[in-house]
Amino acid sequence: MSKTPVQFRHNGVDVAVFVDGGANLLTAIREGVGDTAPKFGCGQGTCGVCTVLIDGEPHLSCITLAEAVAGRSVETADGLKNGPDLHPLQRAFMEHFAAQCGFCTPGMLMAAKALLDKNPAPSRAEVVEAIGGNICRCTGYEPIINAVLAAASAGPGRQRA
Amino acid sequence: MPIAVKTCSSLGEAAAALSTDRGARFLAGGTLVMRAVNEGDLAVSTIVRATDSAFSEIRSAGARIAIGAGATMAQILAHRELDFLHPVARLIGGPAVRSAATVGGNLFAPSPYGDFAAALLALDATVSLQGGYGAREAPLEECLASRERSGGLVASVSLNRPASPGAFRFRKVSRVRPKGISVLSIAAHLPLSGGRATGARVAYGAMAPTPIRAKAVERALEGRTLDTAGIASALAVAAEGTNPATDAIASAWYRREVLAVHLRRLLLNEPER
Ligand SMILES: Cc1cc2nc3c(=O)[nH]c(=O)nc-3n(C[C@H](O)[C@H](O)[C@H](O)COP(=O)(O)OP(=O)(O)OC[C@H]3O[C@@H](n4cnc5c(N)ncnc54)[C@H](O)[C@@H]3O)c2cc1C
Ligand code: FES
Ligand code: FES
Repeated sequence: MSKTPVQFRHNGVDVAVFVDGGANLLTAIREGVGDTAPKFGCGQGTCGVCTVLIDGEPHLSCITLAEAVAGRSVETADGLKNGPDLHPLQRAFMEHFAAQCGFCTPGMLMAAKALLDKNPAPSRAEVVEAIGGNICRCTGYEPIINAVLAAASAGPGRQRA
Repeated sequence: MPIAVKTCSSLGEAAAALSTDRGARFLAGGTLVMRAVNEGDLAVSTIVRATDSAFSEIRSAGARIAIGAGATMAQILAHRELDFLHPVARLIGGPAVRSAATVGGNLFAPSPYGDFAAALLALDATVSLQGGYGAREAPLEECLASRERSGGLVASVSLNRPASPGAFRFRKVSRVRPKGISVLSIAAHLPLSGGRATGARVAYGAMAPTPIRAKAVERALEGRTLDTAGIASALAVAAEGTNPATDAIASAWYRREVLAVHLRRLLLNEPER
């Protein structure tokens, strides 16, 4: 069957990829664009490792129809860094040992970014709520929650330092 | 197997596309349809989508509210006039599910999903069903009862704001918080007249193949006060008409066993634990 072209903005750059009918956005990003930051865990919407932002809102790319993002803006963890500088969330994850095997990290970072972009000073409960759809099998979540709170309290002064 | 994707600019066009192709499935937020597609479900050979902007619009005029079936849980949460539905929408999945999951999709989500549909049942919602040639209005209860057979496309859901802010109550019982799937959910609209329940509506999610009204409970509450003595007869018939499933979340026995406990807490407005 013929492939369908889909055009969207990927981490600020316009891209066009060809997808199979019914392909999900995760496949389009990993295999079409070549950005392997979002991971494949369950393909069922339950683990959160494929979390990306679409027009600033968190979405699970494995259960998003690729064609549904035509003309929209998609952000992945690959777009967080600014040249050699890590994003404040990435730095906080490092400093607070919020990644062990690291498989959940790209999803956690994007779920956390979705929160901090809207709510720069969240409560602990709000952080828990924001990453409620993301599973981590290593850290026990506490270091991740602490990292997100630390990135928030570092404030905009640390943004793009 | 690759799937054909049909993108329609109007709901009428989408309804027509669905009625002519047995392998066609309507995709709204896709949180359930894409799961089936990822699993290689052969029952889905065509995906039909609608890009009509009215499909996800929320309109309110006085006490009457019309919610486009394509509105997401995140849109409900962002809408101040729908504050009474916020505690319901907030309990559907995590944030990334809520930014995709639609109100219309929730009406067709298999049990134990359908928490939002249960809330709409308790609010006596009606649905606007879109055919190839036009739309007709039907009670939500009828739409749910025939959902496996009808294949109808829901354009919007209409409801009245609750009689008073405290009159609408919702409880979702799950093992994992904040995002666990329902053991069961209970929604109730409890208008009071002179301190007594009048025209109560009670609905359950995950207590039958679709969300259902608890009509025996509604009848037993009529004219009663919402205190321990007043609700006793309603609790005695709590499980009437239910037919829950045994699944990975809970057994049918467990669901029936705990139903009256949670109904009591809701009716007495006890804090959640
Ligand atoms: C991780 C996860 C957690 C979840 N948690 C919950 C939860 O807590 N509570 C809950 O209730 N659900 C939950 N769900 C299930 C689901 O996300 C919701 O029920 C959601 O509202 C479904 O809407 P959708 O737009 O994604 O549906 P879709 O996947 O697009 O469609 C689902 C079904 O409804 C049909 N449909 C969709 N829109 C219409 C329409 N307008 N007219 C006619 N048919 C239509 C489709 O053809 C399909 O058969 C969860 C799902 C996931 C992946
Ligand atoms: S891979 Fe998308 S949620 Fe698990
Ligand atoms: S660090 Fe291994 S899953 Fe989270």
